[in-house]
Amino acid sequence: MSARAYALSDGNSFYCSCERVFDARLARLPVIVLSNNDGCAIARTTEAKALGIKMGEPWFKIRDMCRSQGVRVYSSNYALYGDMSARVNSIYRDFSPRIEIYSIDESFLDISDVRERDRASLCRDMRATVRAWTGIPTCVGIGSTKTLAKLANHIAKKVPELEGVCDLTDPVQYDHWMVRVAPEDIWGVGVASARRLEALGCESVADVRDLDPRIARKALTVVGERLVHELRGTACLDLETMAPTRKGCAVTRSFSERVEDRATMEQAMATHASRLGEKLRREGLATNHVAVFFHTSEHDRDRPQRSVSTVVTLPEATNDTMMLVKAATHGVRKTWRDGYRYSKAGVVTTDLMPLAASQRAMPGLGQLDREMGAALMEALDACNRRFGRGAVVPGAVGFAPKRSWSTKFKMRSPRYTTRLDELPVVAAA
Amino acid sequence: MQAIDIVIGYPMPVPLLATPVRAGFPSPADDFVEEEIDLQRLLIVNRPATFLVRVAGDSMLLAHLHDGDLAVVDRSLTPRTGDVVVVDIDGERSFKVWKRQGPRVTLHFANPRFPEFSLAPDALVEVWGVVSGSVCARRRCE
Repeated sequence: MSARAYALSDGNSFYCSCERVFDARLARLPVIVLSNNDGCAIARTTEAKALGIKMGEPWFKIRDMCRSQGVRVYSSNYALYGDMSARVNSIYRDFSPRIEIYSIDESFLDISDVRERDRASLCRDMRATVRAWTGIPTCVGIGSTKTLAKLANHIAKKVPELEGVCDLTDPVQYDHWMVRVAPEDIWGVGVASARRLEALGCESVADVRDLDPRIARKALTVVGERLVHELRGTACLDLETMAPTRKGCAVTRSFSERVEDRATMEQAMATHASRLGEKLRREGLATNHVAVFFHTSEHDRDRPQRSVSTVVTLPEATNDTMMLVKAATHGVRKTWRDGYRYSKAGVVTTDLMPLAASQRAMPGLGQLDREMGAALMEALDACNRRFGRGAVVPGAVGFAPKRSWSTKFKMRSPRYTTRLDELPVVAAA
Repeated sequence: MQAIDIVIGYPMPVPLLATPVRAGFPSPADDFVEEEIDLQRLLIVNRPATFLVRVAGDSMLLAHLHDGDLAVVDRSLTPRTGDVVVVDIDGERSFKVWKRQGPRVTLHFANPRFPEFSLAPDALVEVWGVVSGSVCARRRCE
């Protein structure tokens, strides 16, 4: 087998970069993007990092500083980031047909077929194309294993002189960097593992590579052994180009305000159940158990705490929103108690099966009307595709303006690429 | 305006022949059914590089971009003389006509009622994309 080569490409401060593409005034300003419900900072530009804003720092802690320093702050705009991610990945596919989308802003590409001396220039070309076509800056790392590609990507990001591309399949580069990078910068090595590697005398990635695999296994389990092999250039991990069949599915959200009454909780649970139905139908899957949970917040230390989880069993497997909503609201009614301030709720399924292959219940003993249900669900999905998610919902979900518990997006930018009424406006003046 | 999800590049077919289903004789036209005309394909050549933006103002009238029109912007195109571009000038985004005269590039309005556009010598200029098409609604649905 010929030597393999993988490239890992990722967007620099991806969410912030997406915001910058559509707002020319943001160039060179510090920008951060907050997590769902404006909880904490999850993306920061170089300028924001320079101000000392840490990854995952809670918004309430940095709010005053951001205001005084002129940091531009955004709620997450997943419609925009998802669309930009799809564009970037479609460009990657022009450069290599085999790609693994690892996360919304990172993808592995198999470039084994590219001649060794052409790899770096191919990746530079790809980086320039993504930048020109979408406006998103990226960094690319090349290695003979995924672990080395990830390491190369890390080096490309840290060393500006490399101009965004680091090729560890080049023996000169490999020898140069392996002794200069610390073990804690290896993919999957956390604080605890780094300490154990240090105890084994590892000061650089090269030291980890030269460990006896059996010793690595003893210190860091099978993961450690695999790490040593991957650093030596023996691939243990191949691309996962196919999404594995889903075994479980969960829809959970924190409330933007605490929920204290049953009607609101039922509405929230109905919404989660209807989203669950949507997800299952898209993949032709079904379930006959719905686990419903909700709990109070540990931040409300002075308040009574309660955590509820209950499983509602259906007569037969289904992905019909109406049935799932019934099951979910039933779960709430069965377990509800007043006097608590609930902070989070969700529905979870763990035993998904293809709807077509699932066993039917006896007619008259709980068998559901699949034909009629399927027609209704098809119409529901078509409406929501056309008019936007949440345009048509079961009555149990409640009217849109009254869904007071729904996720907060106070500082979200417009959905520039997916909504006709939110397109960027450009001056002709 | 109502909110409608649009996804660039997915075909939105405009049927060329719309024959309702009839009992009785088959339509003699059925053997001549052509492919549907796909306006998306006409307007959007390079999907990942194409963005829609809304025009605000009258400075591009002679370039056939009217206030409220949708401009189709392809970021993969290199500007050529006479192209309308979306350009960032000191952090302000706007439409201009792009012209090259020898080594010099100049930017212009396309409306005689506007003064000649002049650029500060130290202005930071970056072309965001080239306008490759536009959608003009002749009759607006209010």
